[in-house]
Amino acid sequence: MIGPSQAFALVDVASGLAGTVGQPVDQPKLLGARQMQAMSLAWHIILVCFGVTFPGIVLFTEALWLRTGDLVYRDLARRWSKVMLVLFAVGAVSGTVLSFELGILWPEFMARFGDVFGVAFALEGFAFFIEAIFIAIYVYGWNRIPDRLHLLTGLPMVVAGVAGAYFVIAVNAWMNNPTGFDVVNGQVTNIDPWTTLTNTATWPELIHMLMAAYMVAGFLMGGVYAWAWLRGDRSRRVRVAFAVPFTLAALAAPAQLVVGDWIARYVAVDQPIKLAAQEGLAETTEGAPFTIGGWYEDGEVQGGIEIPYMLSILAFHDPDATVEGLNAVPPEDQPPVNTVRLAFQFMVAVGTGLALLAAWYLLAWWRKRRLPQSKWFYRAAILAGPAAAGALIAGWIVTEVGRQPWIVYDVMRTESAVTQADGVNVGFAVLAFVYAALTVGIIYVLRRFAKRDREADALTTGPEAP
Amino acid sequence: MLAEFAVALLVVGLAAYAVLGGADFGAGFWDLTAGSAERGARVRGLIERSMGPVWESNHVWLIFVLVVCWTTFPTAFGSIMSTLWVALFIALMGIVLRGSAFAFRGESATVSQQRFFGVIFAASSLIVPFFLAAAIGGIASGRVPAGNAAGDLLTSWANPTSVLVGVLAIVTGAYLAAVYMAGDARRGGHDDLVERMRLRALGAGAAAGVVALGGFGVLREDARPLYDGLTEGAGLVAVIISIVAGIAGLWLIWTRRFALARVVAAAAVAAVACGWALAQQPEFLPGALTVEEAAAADATLAAVLIAFVVGVLVLAPSLVLLWRLVLRGRLDRDFRPLGPDRRR
Ligand code: HDD
Ligand code: HEM
Ligand code: HEM
Repeated sequence: MIGPSQAFALVDVASGLAGTVGQPVDQPKLLGARQMQAMSLAWHIILVCFGVTFPGIVLFTEALWLRTGDLVYRDLARRWSKVMLVLFAVGAVSGTVLSFELGILWPEFMARFGDVFGVAFALEGFAFFIEAIFIAIYVYGWNRIPDRLHLLTGLPMVVAGVAGAYFVIAVNAWMNNPTGFDVVNGQVTNIDPWTTLTNTATWPELIHMLMAAYMVAGFLMGGVYAWAWLRGDRSRRVRVAFAVPFTLAALAAPAQLVVGDWIARYVAVDQPIKLAAQEGLAETTEGAPFTIGGWYEDGEVQGGIEIPYMLSILAFHDPDATVEGLNAVPPEDQPPVNTVRLAFQFMVAVGTGLALLAAWYLLAWWRKRRLPQSKWFYRAAILAGPAAAGALIAGWIVTEVGRQPWIVYDVMRTESAVTQADGVNVGFAVLAFVYAALTVGIIYVLRRFAKRDREADALTTGPEAP
Repeated sequence: MLAEFAVALLVVGLAAYAVLGGADFGAGFWDLTAGSAERGARVRGLIERSMGPVWESNHVWLIFVLVVCWTTFPTAFGSIMSTLWVALFIALMGIVLRGSAFAFRGESATVSQQRFFGVIFAASSLIVPFFLAAAIGGIASGRVPAGNAAGDLLTSWANPTSVLVGVLAIVTGAYLAAVYMAGDARRGGHDDLVERMRLRALGAGAAAGVVALGGFGVLREDARPLYDGLTEGAGLVAVIISIVAGIAGLWLIWTRRFALARVVAAAAVAAVACGWALAQQPEFLPGALTVEEAAAADATLAAVLIAFVVGVLVLAPSLVLLWRLVLRGRLDRDFRPLGPDRRR
């Protein structure tokens, strides 16, 4: 019997078309495919932050209403749940784009490894089902299902959102740290389809992503109401609407520093070359320094601020530890250093900044039991959302570009995975146009939500005392 | 044996998507043909109310088919997606525009915006089923060889069989949607809409029958092995079931028994999906890969089946809950005609 990968390999040879390892590849095709993949992922991942955390935020707010009987909470939960529905719909279609692209752009990757990591995606499909079903029940069920039962129907969507993130991240962690198969004579055999789910690299990635999701969604939502606050609307509704998401994000931000350190130590062990690229470390070094800023050129970082021993301490919690440098592998196996390094520095800078902002907020709350009063705080709060989103994208650039030239680390090169079909660049252009239009559409709809919010408010409650 | 189970999973997913997703696309078809903003307002309102709570979960069936396919038949998946990428990409753009336009339309402020999103929604409701089905036509007529983009990028989906299957997908979707909506209108007490949708259901049902039967002529010329598979043995049984269910459906609609008509109409469509799978046994990509050759390792197939069983234990009660709430009107929005009088 011919196994799947054999069949593929046979056809590869027969048709001479395939980009199997070692054959010359069509660089423009590869570039187009990578850019298309990157754009679609970056777009999806921002919406995912809402898909994962919005259910929790809305449910938390509804629970506050049920506990206190305060109608402000109920109105917020209801309005947010409608926004949630729209963002979920757009998140779902952009996720569909990714599923198609895995096959359209990377057919060799799927053909060889689809059966290794696929079970995680199959389970993810069920998670999406549950989330889609219960989001519908929850949002359309307001006022039609008894209150407490309604709160209960929201729970599955919270669980499914987190589960969905877990299954997808598990695949990504597997690409970084592939397990559960052997390659014998170029064939993938001895598949253990369950290892994808238990890969140790998954846990830090998942927690890091969940924290990031709370930061992106919470700071962006908070920013909307910080804007209202700055424009003079200090009503109780605005203050509550600011405080709920912002508090969640502010709790995640300091924790993210700890998780970031945790994930970096995983990278140091599993993918040392990625770490070397993050730091611009050309040579394997004992007691390696950490360099802030600067530009990597001619085998060293030029113009940065060097902190001695810091990298060894961060990566291994030991000032004398040896950190592997880029020279451990041949140049064709090294990722593009500056892209990875700048993305990493940006992420860390934003993470530190947001943790400080969060500390300001939490201290004000803890000492005075009220929101900060400084205008500067609210200005910073408006910036916090976009900054967190930027850090999110930067983090994924570290992960994905830092893994290059491998699509499956140390096993399959990206250039061997790419499609041989023509016209991918046309698809890329079309998709870019569609996404640009959609971005405009989303912003328009969100602004309409906000406007309707204010109108409804003016009608029902009238201006409130601060 | 495990491989056959995996094929069965794919067929279940495809049939569910054809029946549930297909009806969503059909609703878009009626949206497109509902006439001017004034005349079509009530039909459009009904569509929005019927689809709102369910379209998301209907859409997930497509994702289900994709993930099961790449996990259990990875080689075939890579071959299909790379060779048919143009058709699939067009369908994909339709999916993106359609889902977003539907979500945006419900929130748009003015009639002209509503019309704008409405046209995108409706037009993409034709594009998506046509091109997805055209891709299936390419597979079924043996135009997808194994390998990375090894087939013809255009004729693999631009060919007589693909066009036939594409048109059939549009018409059956319209039929299913009209049947469902007639039932929904009855439940909501909109008698005028019941009659309008009933006539459309009869028309679309008859059209679907004509296309399907006429299509045998096309298949005979263009995809002889598929034609042979459908006219003998198990394939023939599925075809007969579909024909009987089709006729019974029309009769039930004629006599205004919409609840039963729903089920029978769905069965007629599902039987077509099964018929296709049965007709091309034991091939997965006709002429290129058999099911056995294309199937993943046993460990993976078994894992997918376990995942499926566990998943269904959670999914089935959830779907039943959703559908019961919908059918009992517990999730209905207040019915609002979708047109000029809805300025807010
Ligand atoms: C709000 C977003 C955000 C913030 C503030 C941070 N990160 Fe991050 N980071 C991500 C969002 C993110 C991410 C987008 O979620 C990534 C991509 C893959 C992943 O698991 O998380 C990521 C990846 C990622 C990686 C690569 C992991 C891999 O390749 O497997 C490292 C080493 C770090 N992060 C380290 C940090 C450190 C030390 C931070 C502290 C200051 C930090 N991150 C803040
Ligand atoms: C969690 C699941 C993910 C999977 C399965 C995945 C898969 C892939 C694949 C197949 C490629 C193309 C091959 C390659 O270049 O290595 C890729 C590249 C890329 N992905 Fe991911 N990805 C995931 C998450 C993300 C996310 C969420 C982002 C968000 C921004 C992202 C950013 C990128 C970028 C920037 C590239 C291009 C890198 C390059 O080619 O230089 N990835 N990813
Ligand atoms: C870190 C990466 C990712 C995370 C955390 C994530 C998470 C999610 C979540 C929670 C949803 C539900 C919709 C929403 O809430 O907006 C979703 C939608 C979706 N995602 Fe992603 N995703 C990631 C990357 C990917 C990748 C790489 C793929 C491609 C294979 C993908 C495929 C999908 C699909 C197909 C949907 C739509 C499901 C539906 O129809 O409801 N996602 N994703």
